Amino acid sequence: MSTLPAAASTHSPLRWAVSDVLTIARRNLLTLVRIPTAMVFLIIQPIMFVILFRYVFGGVIKIPHISYVNYLIPGILVQTTIFGSVGTAIGLAEDLHKGLIERFRALPMARLAVLAGRTVSDLFRNVLVLVIITGVGFLVGFRPDGGFVGYIQACILMLIFAYCLSWGFAFVGLAAPNSEAAQAMTFPVIFPLTFASAIFVPLASMPSWLRPFAINQPVSQTAIAVRGLMLGTPHGESTWIALAWSLGAILVLAPLAVNRYRKVA
Amino acid sequence: MPEFAVEVFNLVRTFSDGEVRALDDVSLQVPTGQVFGLLGPNGSGKTTMIRILSTILSPTSGKATVAGFDVVKQPNQVRRHIGLAGQNATVDENLTGFENLRMIGLLNHLNKSYVVAKSRQLLEDFGLSDAANRTTTTYSGGMRRRLDLAAALVANPPILFLDEPTTGLDPQSRQDLWAIIEHLVEGGTTVLLTTQYLDEADRLAKQLVVLDHGKIIAEGTSAQLKAQMGTTVLALTFASTDGALHAKPLLADLSTHPANIEGTVIELTVEDGPRVTADALRRIDAAALSLSGLALREPSLDDVFLSLTGHKADDVTTSDVAPEDRREGRKARA
Repeated sequence: MSTLPAAASTHSPLRWAVSDVLTIARRNLLTLVRIPTAMVFLIIQPIMFVILFRYVFGGVIKIPHISYVNYLIPGILVQTTIFGSVGTAIGLAEDLHKGLIERFRALPMARLAVLAGRTVSDLFRNVLVLVIITGVGFLVGFRPDGGFVGYIQACILMLIFAYCLSWGFAFVGLAAPNSEAAQAMTFPVIFPLTFASAIFVPLASMPSWLRPFAINQPVSQTAIAVRGLMLGTPHGESTWIALAWSLGAILVLAPLAVNRYRKVA
Repeated sequence: MPEFAVEVFNLVRTFSDGEVRALDDVSLQVPTGQVFGLLGPNGSGKTTMIRILSTILSPTSGKATVAGFDVVKQPNQVRRHIGLAGQNATVDENLTGFENLRMIGLLNHLNKSYVVAKSRQLLEDFGLSDAANRTTTTYSGGMRRRLDLAAALVANPPILFLDEPTTGLDPQSRQDLWAIIEHLVEGGTTVLLTTQYLDEADRLAKQLVVLDHGKIIAEGTSAQLKAQMGTTVLALTFASTDGALHAKPLLADLSTHPANIEGTVIELTVEDGPRVTADALRRIDAAALSLSGLALREPSLDDVFLSLTGHKADDVTTSDVAPEDRREGRKARA
């Protein structure tokens, strides 16, 4: 039977940690290839939102100086990447309850590679979704004036924001009793953040009691910055505020997730 | 490798704030290069023991070393010396057999070309070559167990933990797995095996301990255990429950162990099967009771339990609440 000698490593611990993260991320992305329906659902939802707001509600929403489709698509992209980061909760909850995380814990791998690998693969998946939904945007008439550089900057900004948020969803995934519950638990957070925001409609149209929350919450700031960068319109300090929110989020959420990871199993 | 691959001293693990004692002051030593059996029913603490030894779970108190390394203080060294496979066969369903092995190999920090070669070899050794590139959702139960075991072997660990490796498998798959395990031990691997089946422990394990409610209630070789409880079980089925009740006192002195009565069946653990059988039949005949069946068989785990504890192995009382259920354990600390 097995006669090959075990070829042990000589690399530094950091290099192995990176290798572990990539191994886990690759494994997660293979799941995406094996279950293409999961990806289809991820794309169908934003497409429905595009159709709903572009063609059903869009007629009554008037934005000064720009067409509604140009206003809408940057917002939909932000919403889509945030929904994408919810996948972190679902994926980790599944791994946990199938016993895979337990198996990983008995291996001499980097402790945090399971979390980091999951968030990295979800980041990569968000990149794919961004490309696809941008294409859908162009099909329905999205014509941004911010140029290619502005578009790339906007994409990087929302990917950073979604990535930082995914550490919070990692915590949810590890705390949930199963993957369905994990998804349900993210809803009360996701819903107000994405709908009471500058994603679909101008904040000026909201009632005065809601406006202070809607203006200052991180998703609005990210949406305003992304829209400004894509359309080449002024957006104040929003980019910096969005980045500050992202940094603050990961500084709080990552330790929470890591702490939770140490306790489970 | 030290003389003992695994040493456990006064290990305690509680769940639900101490209400459930999954392991209650357990000590044992597993000699290097042998199969060591942990025998016990569901909820006896077997899985908890394996999880502590494989660094997945921390002990409440006590000490354990694996390959000479402390499971709490040196978990990474422990992980480099062990392979873990079990009843849950945690293979990744979305990956192929080959991808599963490659992933585990890479996470063990072995070099890539070695991992690829070793994975192919293991798939071939375990009769999974044809299924290597299929996702494991298409695998049968036996195939999943073999893949799970193969994954545990990618890094050539000197110590292997097998948690009920054959529970739920068909007889042929059991035989196949037993042959694989025997082959590994011939190659010098130490195996710590948990099982509910006496025949499995008998076939594979040189030494074993019997766990019940987190405590060791017997230890030795399987021959010693059997000798301790008689070599044969005589099962007498009566025509009626009344008949069985009448017969019980007549037969009591035939065995040094208490007779087990269940409905119309009386079971006696005896030293000399044929002689005692003849004796029993004479007494039953003399009392004019009618028998509807008779069997002589090897003692089972149930019999071991009955003779050691006075209750049957499946007579679960508090033992089925938490210890074996990983989710329950998790909730307890949530």
